[in-house]
Amino acid sequence: MSADTNISAGATESIDDDASSVEYITVTIAGQLFGLPIHEVQDVFVPDNVTDVPMALPEVAGVLNLRGRIVTAIDMRTRLGVAPTKNDTKPMAVGIEHNSESYGLIIDKVGEVHQLSQATFEATPSNLDPRWASISSGVHRLDGDLMVVLDVTKVLAIGDALIAA
Amino acid sequence: MDDLLSEFLTETSESLDVVDVELVKFEQEPNNAQMLDNIFRLVHTIKGTCGFLGLPRLEALAHAAETLMGKYRDGAPVTPNGVSLILNTIDRIKDVMTGLETNEAEPAGDDNDLIEQLEAMALGGGDVAADTGDAPVSAETTDDPPLDVPELERELKPGEVSLDDLERAFLEAEGPDLSLPEPAETEAAPADVEAAPVQPEVAAPASADAAPAAAAAAEPQGRAGGSESTVKSQSIRVNVDTLEHLMTMVSELVLTRNQLLEMVRRINDSEFKVPLQRLSAVTAELQEGVMKTRMQPIGNAWQKLPRIVRDLSIELGKKIDLDMSGADTELDRQVLEMIKDPLTHMVRNSADHGLESTEERLAAGKPETGKINLSAYHEGGHIIIEIADDGRGLNVDKIKSKVIQNGIATEAELETMTPQQIHKYIFAPGFSTAAQVTSVSGRGVGMDVVRTNIELIGGNCDLKSEAGKGSTFIIKIPLTLAIVSALIVEACKQKFAIPQLNVVELVRTHANSEHRIEQINDTPVLRLRNKLLPLITLGQLLKLSDEEIAEIELQSDAETPDVENDQSFFVVVIQVGNQSFGIIVDSVFDTEEIVVKPMSSMLRDIAMFSGNTILGDGSVIMIIDPNGIAQEFPAQAPSDTEAAEAELEIAHASEQKTALLLFRAGSEEPKAVPLSLVTRLEEIDVAEIENSNGRHLVQYRGSLMPLVELSDGARIKSEGSQPILVFTDEKHSVGLVVDEIVDIVEERLDVELTSDTAGLIGSAVVKGRATAVIDIGHYLAEVMGNWADTAEDVALAKNPKLLLVDDSPFFRNMLSPLLNAAGYEVTLTESANEALTLKQNGAAFDIIVSDIEMPGMDGISFAEALQGDPQWGTTPLIALSSHSAPQVIERTRRAGFFDFVGKFDRQGLMESLKECERKTGVAA
Repeated sequence: MSADTNISAGATESIDDDASSVEYITVTIAGQLFGLPIHEVQDVFVPDNVTDVPMALPEVAGVLNLRGRIVTAIDMRTRLGVAPTKNDTKPMAVGIEHNSESYGLIIDKVGEVHQLSQATFEATPSNLDPRWASISSGVHRLDGDLMVVLDVTKVLAIGDALIAA
Repeated sequence: MDDLLSEFLTETSESLDVVDVELVKFEQEPNNAQMLDNIFRLVHTIKGTCGFLGLPRLEALAHAAETLMGKYRDGAPVTPNGVSLILNTIDRIKDVMTGLETNEAEPAGDDNDLIEQLEAMALGGGDVAADTGDAPVSAETTDDPPLDVPELERELKPGEVSLDDLERAFLEAEGPDLSLPEPAETEAAPADVEAAPVQPEVAAPASADAAPAAAAAAEPQGRAGGSESTVKSQSIRVNVDTLEHLMTMVSELVLTRNQLLEMVRRINDSEFKVPLQRLSAVTAELQEGVMKTRMQPIGNAWQKLPRIVRDLSIELGKKIDLDMSGADTELDRQVLEMIKDPLTHMVRNSADHGLESTEERLAAGKPETGKINLSAYHEGGHIIIEIADDGRGLNVDKIKSKVIQNGIATEAELETMTPQQIHKYIFAPGFSTAAQVTSVSGRGVGMDVVRTNIELIGGNCDLKSEAGKGSTFIIKIPLTLAIVSALIVEACKQKFAIPQLNVVELVRTHANSEHRIEQINDTPVLRLRNKLLPLITLGQLLKLSDEEIAEIELQSDAETPDVENDQSFFVVVIQVGNQSFGIIVDSVFDTEEIVVKPMSSMLRDIAMFSGNTILGDGSVIMIIDPNGIAQEFPAQAPSDTEAAEAELEIAHASEQKTALLLFRAGSEEPKAVPLSLVTRLEEIDVAEIENSNGRHLVQYRGSLMPLVELSDGARIKSEGSQPILVFTDEKHSVGLVVDEIVDIVEERLDVELTSDTAGLIGSAVVKGRATAVIDIGHYLAEVMGNWADTAEDVALAKNPKLLLVDDSPFFRNMLSPLLNAAGYEVTLTESANEALTLKQNGAAFDIIVSDIEMPGMDGISFAEALQGDPQWGTTPLIALSSHSAPQVIERTRRAGFFDFVGKFDRQGLMESLKECERKTGVAA
């Protein structure tokens, strides 16, 4: 909790140089904290009634109807190459729009919104798993935690990654 | 982009299209002053507007063209060279406009070449100058293919005018103002009669020296407009995006309505029912209305063809006459966009390969001028486009050698084919008949690309060709792509939609039924009307998890009858182009109007799906792409479509006619049973027949099957093989002993009832002979009835009461014994009114089975009359009909029927009754 207060304090300080500060929505996948730039995120929802798409890439969890739009759900655990969760807790999804198509990133849980200054930002560590490195744009050093920044474009470049591999 | 500029681009490109068409026509009729006036005015408008907007290049070009046309109007002879030159100028203008569209500024360039020629021709006043201009002109034609110019396609038809423009025209036309550069907007108004007050100024420069035009300003406008039969008097210009958005919203509305309908269907007796029905009707109307706004006359796709054909005829040195009819046939603009190129290609093909050279034509005793006929018309939910030429026809030998040369088929395969089948090879990939590569066609882009493009939008191509007489290509395409009717099926617990367009029929298969899935080396096939239909299991194809189970069930064949074996499958028979195949699914739901939504780009490369949609219950399902599945099958030799059509006709004919199996048993007089009741024809060795308790039995498919003899019929032979007809009801089979199976005929069954001879329904005239129609129900009941006493699964405490309403005595007589045998207490009525009388008298039934087509009150009105009735309102209704069109099924369901069964689908009726019992608690 103290970490959170510190962050918000830090955020108020850094408001002056807002050019370099970005708001992130934090999510947890397999115990790791990730951040998505908030302007990329449309909504947060509970994925329900997901239709499996046969023959699709394993990362594609399926498609679902979100208020009349068809959303392609991406299983972030598969995307990151971690084992599927054994918990019974309902997963959450972060809705994003990319090239005017709707996607939902299925994650374990959604945290809160942080405004972070560029000062805590660092490039992706070179020893990170290439699978992880390929979809992150860097890391924010938070108090007591590290937040991996997800690059939405790279996250959704599933097919391309396959070709590259 | 600047609004003014974009409006200018839109208008000008429309005007140019008109000029293109009009010029070609004008060339044929150089004396048509009105046509020239129209062209002149359009070019003049462009010139004026360009000056107004500060576009010097365009202005100079338009001016030069206008000058030459001015000369023609003054009486200078019109020459093809001159027209070519003007057409080239138009092309150049289009090029400049393309640049203008992308860069918002005129691209740099020099037009002096054209302008000089135009001026020289205008000064020289015709042929002398024309010759000097000739060489560069034709060079221009090839350098500058007009097709490459991207066109702005807008909703307005050429020559039409938007209301906005009109309004502005009125505002700006304050008084007689004869200065030449009119404001751009006023001038686009030639076709509109309502613009008459403005017209004098607009027309003034054009008609000043043309004598007839002075007569009345409104008249030439009327004529100019009249040349486009599709021009309407009132229209507004609407952005395509706005329409697309509207369409999307309506699609959403349709989905929501479906959702609501689905919900209300589950709640009985809901107060929402009536308003929802209203909403449903309004939505349907709205949908239709919006679809209409997307409709465009197919003529829009044809606009460039006269010009193309004209250029071709010059290039190829052939005389070609292009005749177009049905240009006002409307279709969805999305479809229109997609057929534009294939159509152009086909017309080019006809001109290039189809038509002979002038010398060849004369030698063959044909008129010098070759004809290409392009026509379009509606047929059902489709639009048919025919491209016919009176050329040389397809050369079978040439195609053969090409097919062999390209390794598409072997000589032996070709030997067995009809000329029609061989013709179809021109649609095969890797085939191009062009012996010689011309600049026109034969660049390796053959008819297969055309076919692929057309099949992509759910259409198909066919062709007829007669050597020496010409060829006709027939394209059949759907009217729209946005909303399609689809069959909802289930495989491995997952639902999918199959576009109804490709579904030929549905076959229910069952290990013991007439239609049984058979296997060759684990490959499933189905015998369907004396042909083997290749099958593919949807679950397996899509690699769904339950595939092993499905496979085991399929493999457990006749030798090992067990419970699993009783599972029935559905085969959805699909036709894609010339290819037919069946998709095995676990079950079939109803058809739904679905709104096709494109797959996300991440999933787009899955060939099996063409899109996805949201169903009434809010779930998302995939739409199967039959084209994608067809690719799973190795390419078949193109089958003879005529045969396929004949097959289809048989499938349809059964709606009016009844297939009868004719046989002899006992007497010489032929006997008949409806073929659909017969499960199988068998010949069994007499030695295998066993006797038990006075009954003949035979081991059949692992169980004992009783054999029955007709009352006056055949006796079991003493030796050799014995033909029998096998009838199956649920798990029990009965063999009917006959002497000889004579024939299978399709006849309208007109049964004259005879006396109460047991086992005989009556007699009918079949193939000109009086034929006894056997009552199978009687014999089934004879055997089944015995079982009913002992077999526990049929044992009954109380027989449910069933009311059968059918006007046909034949059906009443055929069904009642069957229903009796199944344990129902059957009451028969001839009409709905009679049934209603029964109701008034206080009769009560557990279930009602009603025919749909009846004289007087039909089944649907009957069902509607019962809805909400205190006595019979809750009694489940089952519809019987010989029509299985989805609309009829949908209507019956809406009218309150629990289920819908085909008239001859005995098995279906039994299953439906059982289903009904399960749901409503009536026990039989």
